[in-house]
Amino acid sequence: MVPTIYYVLLSAALFTMGVLGVLIRRNAMVVFMSVELMLNAANLALVAFARQRLTVEGQVIVFFVITVAAAEVAVGLAVLVAIFRSKGTADVDEVSTLKG
Amino acid sequence: MQPIDMPAVNLSLLAPMLIIFGWAAVLLLVDVFAIPEGNKKLTGYLAIIGMAVAGLAGLPLWGASEQGLSTFGGMLMLDRYALTLTWIFLMVGALSVLMSLGYLQRQGIEQGEFYPLVLFAVGAMILLAQGANLIVIFLGIELLSLTLYILTGFAYPRVTSEEAAMKYLVLGAFAAGFFVYGIALIYGATGTLSLAGIAAYLGRQTLVAVDQTLLLAGSGLVLVALGFKVALVPFHMWTPDVYEGSPTPVAAFMSVGTKGAALAALLRILTQALPSLQPIWLPLLATLAALTMLLGSLGAIAQRNMKRMLAYSSISHAGYLLLGVIVASTQTRGTEAFLFYLLSYALTNLGAFAVLVALEQHGELAWSLDSYAGLGRRKPLLAVAMAVFMFSLAGVPPTAGFMGKLYVFSAAWSGGLGWLALIGVISSAASAFFYLRLISRMFMQESPEGVPTTEVSRGVGVDIWVAVAATLLIGLVPAPFITLIERSLVAAGS
Repeated sequence: MVPTIYYVLLSAALFTMGVLGVLIRRNAMVVFMSVELMLNAANLALVAFARQRLTVEGQVIVFFVITVAAAEVAVGLAVLVAIFRSKGTADVDEVSTLKG
Repeated sequence: MQPIDMPAVNLSLLAPMLIIFGWAAVLLLVDVFAIPEGNKKLTGYLAIIGMAVAGLAGLPLWGASEQGLSTFGGMLMLDRYALTLTWIFLMVGALSVLMSLGYLQRQGIEQGEFYPLVLFAVGAMILLAQGANLIVIFLGIELLSLTLYILTGFAYPRVTSEEAAMKYLVLGAFAAGFFVYGIALIYGATGTLSLAGIAAYLGRQTLVAVDQTLLLAGSGLVLVALGFKVALVPFHMWTPDVYEGSPTPVAAFMSVGTKGAALAALLRILTQALPSLQPIWLPLLATLAALTMLLGSLGAIAQRNMKRMLAYSSISHAGYLLLGVIVASTQTRGTEAFLFYLLSYALTNLGAFAVLVALEQHGELAWSLDSYAGLGRRKPLLAVAMAVFMFSLAGVPPTAGFMGKLYVFSAAWSGGLGWLALIGVISSAASAFFYLRLISRMFMQESPEGVPTTEVSRGVGVDIWVAVAATLLIGLVPAPFITLIERSLVAAGS
């Protein structure tokens, strides 16, 4: 059996990639995808820990996280479409009417 | 793997929350099929009735809640802390709906689903107050955030509103990622997500080095995520933009509701799950509170736009609330101070935003500080109400804000955080500058030419006078409120 720590390290790497993606990429679509990567990194860690401790709690939580992620994407894409219609771009840097 | 036992379920403990969620779902359908276009105010009144019923349904639970009962296998719990918060949140929801009744119509964004969405958000806030498991707290935060993303963008197709929704959504989703990863690591360290379970596990055995690292990293991530939601410095950048762009009643709701609910969950996490880590998080949170109080006040001084000014002011008030949360880890007095401050701040801040709503006829007129010049002549009553709210936010007696600050600072002082109380006093002295500047502008300056006169609609009027009366009442006779809140703390987790 592969030791749990490998899964955790992999999930940490995925999470870091997600964080960097949100911070570096400018296209809102890619930003949302990076957020998904962060959530799925957490899912991987949860499942790995659940396997290590032989409890189902961690696996059940993954379902909740997946559901929340889907709901977030639904709202996120709606906002994205609205922005694209009125500004013609999905670049997060150009969405800057508000500042001060 | 062990089989799953179905836990005992006691639905009556969740009556207010269930009523809110059930009513919100019903109201969505009622709004579509039974309420004619152009008469959507009716949906708003129905939402207020729902919140009133939910509040009444909480009354019979008062006696039972003394013990702190849990249900759904310890996922949710009802104690007096949760019940008091439930009533505060219902009040916030009702006052926010009241001020949006006329506002949505005037702005031409009247859609019936606004009111069920507010109900969902209020239900999520109650869920946060009752959550006793990290996964429930996660679901509460997400449900609250998802509804708020939609409400923020409700003035679609106004670009500022869409943009605010986008900014809030990107940062909120980012914070959600931190929260989930944080609870995954905490689960890895302790094997449980129940708040009491985590504390019991940490009390039972010392962790090995790897698990200790996981626990610290996980708690840190959870803290960062909640910091985003509460808008603690340095996670506060989004607040002014989002408040400015979103419809004013939504900004009012967020400035009080989101902060209160997220801090309520933070208080539970800190006192019930992580008391053993207190030596680590206490100095960290104390620093955040100090920064939040100071930078919030300093940021507000530079603002020329009322909504942005109130956004920065809400940041510094989150700092005062956090002060109560920190003290709560050692003494119940901190929890009391937190609840009392939340109550007085909620009433005052909703009132201040209601004045903004009253002056905002079409578009962005009422947002500039200059448009308040001479308000004392044009609308004496409105100006007096605004002055009361500004005095209360600044912490001038005899208002609710003064009593709240007194309570929080004295709790911090007796909790051994004298330096933090001192920073709080300095910050509120600095904040007096911009609150009083607005008052002097309203009463000492002449009106600019060509300002249209405004008619205050009934809902907002009721809102403002309720808030004024409550602000003064809590300020003049605080004793009954303090007794009520002290009694509410008999069984709270600390």
